[in-house]
Amino acid sequence: MSHSLKNLKLKIWRQKGPEDKGRFETYDIPEISDEASFLEMLDILNERLITDNTEPVSFDHDCREGICGTCSLMINGQAHGPQRASATCQLHMRTFKSGDEIVIEPWRASAFPIIKDLMVDRSAFDRIIESGGFITAATGGAPDANLIPIPKPVADAAMDSAACIGCGACVAACPNGAANLFTAAKLTHLNLLPQGQAERFKRSEAMVETMDSYFGSCTNHGECEAACPKEISVDVIAMMNSDYRKAKITNRKTLSRT
Amino acid sequence: MSINLDSKIPAGPLADKWDNYKSDEKLVNPSNKRKFKIIVVGTGLAGASACATLAELGYQVEAFTFHDSPRRAHSIAAQGGINGAKNYRGDGDSVHRLFYDTIKGGDFRSRESNVHRLAQVSVDIIDQMVAQGVPFAREYGGMLDNRSFGGAQVSRTFYARGQTGQQLLLGAYQQMASQVGLGNIKLWNRMELVDVVVVDGQCAGIVTRDLMTGEIISHAAHAVVLATGGYGNAFFLSTNAMACNVTAAWRAHRKGAAFANPCYTQIHPTCIPQSDDFQSKLTLMSESLRNDGRVWVPAVAGDERAPHLIPEAERDYYLERLYPSFGNLAPRDISSRAAKRAVDSGRGVGPLKNGVYLDFADAIGRLGKSVVEERYGNLFEMYARITGEDPYTVPMRIYPASHYTMGGVWVDYELMTTIPGLYAAGEANFSDHGANRLGASALMQGLADGYFVLPYTISNYLAPMLNKAIPDTNHEAFKLAEREVKDRYSRYMSIGGRRSPDYFHREVGKIIWDYCGMERNQTGLEKALSELPALYEEFKTDLRVTGDSESMNQTLEKAGRVDDFFQLGMLMCKDALDREESCGGHFRSEHQTEEGEALRDDDNFAHVSAWEWSGDPTAPILHKENLEYEVVKLQTRSYK
Ligand SMILES: Cc1cc2nc3c(=O)[nH]c(=O)nc-3n(C[C@H](O)[C@H](O)[C@H](O)COP(=O)(O)OP(=O)(O)OC[C@H]3O[C@@H](n4cnc5c(N)ncnc54)[C@H](O)[C@@H]3O)c2cc1C
Ligand code: FES
Repeated sequence: MSHSLKNLKLKIWRQKGPEDKGRFETYDIPEISDEASFLEMLDILNERLITDNTEPVSFDHDCREGICGTCSLMINGQAHGPQRASATCQLHMRTFKSGDEIVIEPWRASAFPIIKDLMVDRSAFDRIIESGGFITAATGGAPDANLIPIPKPVADAAMDSAACIGCGACVAACPNGAANLFTAAKLTHLNLLPQGQAERFKRSEAMVETMDSYFGSCTNHGECEAACPKEISVDVIAMMNSDYRKAKITNRKTLSRT
Repeated sequence: MSINLDSKIPAGPLADKWDNYKSDEKLVNPSNKRKFKIIVVGTGLAGASACATLAELGYQVEAFTFHDSPRRAHSIAAQGGINGAKNYRGDGDSVHRLFYDTIKGGDFRSRESNVHRLAQVSVDIIDQMVAQGVPFAREYGGMLDNRSFGGAQVSRTFYARGQTGQQLLLGAYQQMASQVGLGNIKLWNRMELVDVVVVDGQCAGIVTRDLMTGEIISHAAHAVVLATGGYGNAFFLSTNAMACNVTAAWRAHRKGAAFANPCYTQIHPTCIPQSDDFQSKLTLMSESLRNDGRVWVPAVAGDERAPHLIPEAERDYYLERLYPSFGNLAPRDISSRAAKRAVDSGRGVGPLKNGVYLDFADAIGRLGKSVVEERYGNLFEMYARITGEDPYTVPMRIYPASHYTMGGVWVDYELMTTIPGLYAAGEANFSDHGANRLGASALMQGLADGYFVLPYTISNYLAPMLNKAIPDTNHEAFKLAEREVKDRYSRYMSIGGRRSPDYFHREVGKIIWDYCGMERNQTGLEKALSELPALYEEFKTDLRVTGDSESMNQTLEKAGRVDDFFQLGMLMCKDALDREESCGGHFRSEHQTEEGEALRDDDNFAHVSAWEWSGDPTAPILHKENLEYEVVKLQTRSYK
């Protein structure tokens, strides 16, 4: 049965545009049903702000079921809030209690500039994928799908890291603003599969170096894993590092042969 | 403007049409392809696959999405799977059977030739996606696994846990990203198409609004593809992502693209019931759950007992009872209506009595909890998060919700709209699903269109235009479109009324849902057609948009989208009123059998209704494309 929470205080980051300095503003939520999702609470606040002729809070969101990776809020200092293994849009007000003060901020990382209020620009992630996060297989030439059997444990492990939704919580949670979990998740997905072997080392080298050109470096804090809504394990980073090291050797060897 | 509904179906026997087409079409030589510029709007499965393939072939491609990244397109949310007539199970599947199931599933309201081609290329899609590294589910021997979906008696659905759409989209996105990296695709993110431009009767480009700066910009090309998804959000509450909208298709419609069968919308039977008034969207529970879950309600109305206290004999497993041969896997339209009737008869379950049970107790007993968890773990978790209930111990509660739109921009066999040079692909077009879509067929269609159809058919249009310059964006037609767009957006800003765009979206959605939802009738539709224009007038005088139009303004974006939903909503109701029969997702209560099944009228309605924009949203002009069946015999669709 539904209950309601009373007297919440929201401290929300407001910033007019990329150049604005930004500041916190406080909003009261006198009452909200615990069935409401966190984003529905913001919807209700925004409706009220429009009624008061004030600009509503801008925030990114789309699927509202934890799969598109669009939502991106820092809630009380935690990426995606207090609930483990979930995105902001999957958070419900039943996680909070009456009287709570909730601080809501955008992802903060130098590679993710703020666009407005709680919205950031995550296109650096696209640049990493463009540099090598794919298997080159032009349309039309693929062999029969069952030609290459893939052992179930391999397919399952590839799927575990392919589950990344590209939200950027890992970067936001990292004290260094590193994107190692994101990059390594994609590398592990592709590098584990037989189809991914041909470009394995070239891919590892290109993606790691593109990542380094935008993001901070990893010093093994492990905050990324704790923040990941898909619970992607930091083990993928070890695999990436090892592939990257091999890549530097393999590619040099390949080069010396040409 | 006159509309020409020539479907351009190639000659020859059904099974040979596509091969005949490919042997006869005009080609552009590889080194000439780079002289052509193609704009693709939308980067979901249909758009991303089209971008990647066209760029690989050598065309200059520009891709547009209003999302921050192509990977966010709504295709990402598809859960259950994708069909492919591989017959890896050896259970009697074939291209013909997939073709037939799709035609029958669509209640004999789709074009045979398109559907047959879809079934043919379905096998190539699976190969292509595996080559891209999509981690489909495997068996222990390493071969691909399959499951079955509603409306089929074979197992032909490929899946990647409950995240098939995500994995397919990431595959297509990565293929596209590699072309972006190589400089063969220019990517425009956070850019919304707000108009389509026609010069000398041919599509010449588009006008966009930069969502970050509000800037209105024209883009010209030799051909434009709309892969902009469906319009299920017309109902406000739906399983679609929040930003899904009809603007691209609608703006094309206003420029001369016929809009086909707008009343064919799919209401998905297994969604989590609404729990409150402030609810912003509904969540789908994949149809694949019906492989193992059993649907039931208490046998008598007003039974308030907890589900586990209701003995077997006092439960009504109504799908198994009414449709013994398909049981819980009866197609979507049929299952949805059955659920609505169960709830309307007072047997609804849950706090608001607005759901039916989907019960896994038998499956857990038979297979063990771990197998059920392996198959559906993430869906169960999603359910638990939203409802606060544990589906391993308490049956799920589900209810139908708007999910997919079969209607869309009219296209011919080449996927070209009634505007030469403008194409529509994926959910945005009307082409393959008739009056009802079978599960796991939308992903298949999006990828078929983008990977295996458009790349062939576009060259047939471009070849004769070799060395024709890209239209100039200084042409009067572009300037006029830009002015109109600017006027429209400044009008939204200056109305200065009291209500937000969301308020109007909710209200317009409620009217469409109440009168043009799961069941429709003349009185209701006429009521909707008088209420919608009145509410639309209110929208035009009482809308309030805060902020400014020169920076990121989500309220302003929304205003433009809601405006188009109003106009579309009127067309949906008009189309539903005109179609005096029941077929698939379109159920007119005046036209049903004694047992309450849809009653088609093939003598008068075996056609596609393609509507032309007249300038007045309440007075569209109807054109008909007759559906001719060469191979399939029209039958009453039965799943009993
Ligand atoms: C919850 C859910 C589950 C589903 N599960 C399945 C399933 O298991 N199997 C199945 O086959 N189907 C499923 N479907 C249906 C299927 O996901 C969709 O029909 C399909 O993915 C649509 O793909 P698309 O490429 O046509 O459009 P979309 O993926 O919706 O992409 C639309 C694109 O167009 C862009 N766009 C739209 N308008 C504009 C504009 N004006 N300007 C710029 N860009 C624009 C968007 O940014 C986006 O990139 C499901 C649907 C839902 C809602
Ligand atoms: S809105 Fe899609 S993951 Fe949160």
